[in-house]
Amino acid sequence: MEQSLLELWKAIPASLQWLIWTLVKIVLIIAPLLLSVAYYTFAERKIIGFIQVRLGPTRVGPRGWLQPIADAVKLLFKEIIIPSGSNKVLFLIAPALAIAPALAAWAVIPFDVGLVLADINAGLLYVLALTSIGVYGVIIAGWASNSKYAFLGAMRLAAQIVSYELAMGFALVGVLIAAQSMNLQQIVLAQQGSILHWFWLPLLPLFMIYFISGVAETNRAPFDVAEGESEIVAGFHVEYSGMAFAIFFLAEYANMILISTLTVLLFLGGWLSPFQGIPVLEDWFAFVPGTIWLLLKIAFFAFVFLWLRATFPRYRYDQIMRLGWKVFIPITIVWLLVVGLAVVYQLPWWFD
Amino acid sequence: MLLEQILFYFFATVLILSATMVVTSKNPIHATLFLVLAIFNSAILWLMLEAEFLAIALVLVYVGAVMVLFLFVVMMLDIDIATMRAHFIRYLPIGLVVFITMMVEMILFVGTRYFGLEQFAKPVAKSADYSNIEELGQVLYTVHLYPFEIAAVILLVAIIAAITLTLRHKPNTRYQDPSHQIHVDPKDRVELLKMPAEKL
Repeated sequence: MEQSLLELWKAIPASLQWLIWTLVKIVLIIAPLLLSVAYYTFAERKIIGFIQVRLGPTRVGPRGWLQPIADAVKLLFKEIIIPSGSNKVLFLIAPALAIAPALAAWAVIPFDVGLVLADINAGLLYVLALTSIGVYGVIIAGWASNSKYAFLGAMRLAAQIVSYELAMGFALVGVLIAAQSMNLQQIVLAQQGSILHWFWLPLLPLFMIYFISGVAETNRAPFDVAEGESEIVAGFHVEYSGMAFAIFFLAEYANMILISTLTVLLFLGGWLSPFQGIPVLEDWFAFVPGTIWLLLKIAFFAFVFLWLRATFPRYRYDQIMRLGWKVFIPITIVWLLVVGLAVVYQLPWWFD
Repeated sequence: MLLEQILFYFFATVLILSATMVVTSKNPIHATLFLVLAIFNSAILWLMLEAEFLAIALVLVYVGAVMVLFLFVVMMLDIDIATMRAHFIRYLPIGLVVFITMMVEMILFVGTRYFGLEQFAKPVAKSADYSNIEELGQVLYTVHLYPFEIAAVILLVAIIAAITLTLRHKPNTRYQDPSHQIHVDPKDRVELLKMPAEKL
């Protein structure tokens, strides 16, 4: 049986073999991602429940563990209502445009040395380009819904994302100057040494700006003016129901996990062990695979997203713009100069 | 090779169709979205030419930023589609003349006669680890440093000019000064009074 399967595999032409193998790899990345998105929503409800001294969902399955499954089934069977006077084609394309970049960006994310779907040189640029496309889903959704609230939400988000993308892009430029590469694997390998060699320390302002811009970019609290339920009902997705709404929801959470992953890869040493360079602990924890460290670090930042949401009130819109343009962009530009000088003069420890 | 050609013709067809739709579609939003599609497809064609940096930069700058703002503006404009249609018929003859002239020019000059394989040899495909970002950076910051810097300064001047042109100070607008807000002292705002309890 095994023998015949192997022969069948060898009979397939090489290019087709490559195609099938790539598809398998894509499924291996996307399937756990979607599952973690489902349980991220559950974690959000439980954690925010804990912070607000509530229980969160407890009814479906043991201790509420089947809640995300129940939610998904419910959304699948609900009717997709298309508002009158809306643009049907664009209305239905918009969710797809929101989720496609959120998933496609995972192609260049390395999970360990060599454990990456597409090891391309311009990885960092590719991620930046794809995350910038995500805004179209929201803008088109807001316009095609033929609703004032949706349109206002879309306009707010478009301006917000374009503003914060600049700060985000400058932070990434700092990383690529420090690592002298745009390949995400090379960037992680450039941080080798110890926990103090990771880029969070020499690029501390950029690290914080990157993560905060990431929160703004994914349209999460305290930057969620595009939804702003107290002002414009639910913003851009007010007219969406059923699966069309669920896809926006999925895209938002997939983007949050993506931003957490990128923060870890760019500033916190990716899959590198935090005990690297510490004499005894390094040997004790040598058996832990790098992917586990990566996932733990991602989980921490995913938690920070929820923590922020439960802690801060929503920003006022003009303050969001002020923060992006007048605070973040000047700081990043100044720090780019500092990093540039440090690299040119080979500042010991990090850049020698 | 065959797969590459199929991909090229597919993306080139989509590019030309969407470019045509930019001009002919009735709705300005649709036209803008077709322009986005056209830019995206030309980025894919650049990618197939192994110009991955330019392709991704095209998507990042034009699709990710410029067209978003464009869409933003077009959505806010109140465009009367009926008058636009009327003008379409009126300007059609001029448009056709420009179109035909450009097509003839392009067919005459951008053909195999001047740009064929006899004039320019087929470039050798680079290996997978070839990074054209590094190549571009090396050339831009050494050989072409002055033109590059001058272009940057011109862009800066353009930014400043655009901002000054649109900057209008309205005398009645009230602004908040965040540093003033931060440095508020509770003592200036709240006065705590101690009063003896009154008996009724």
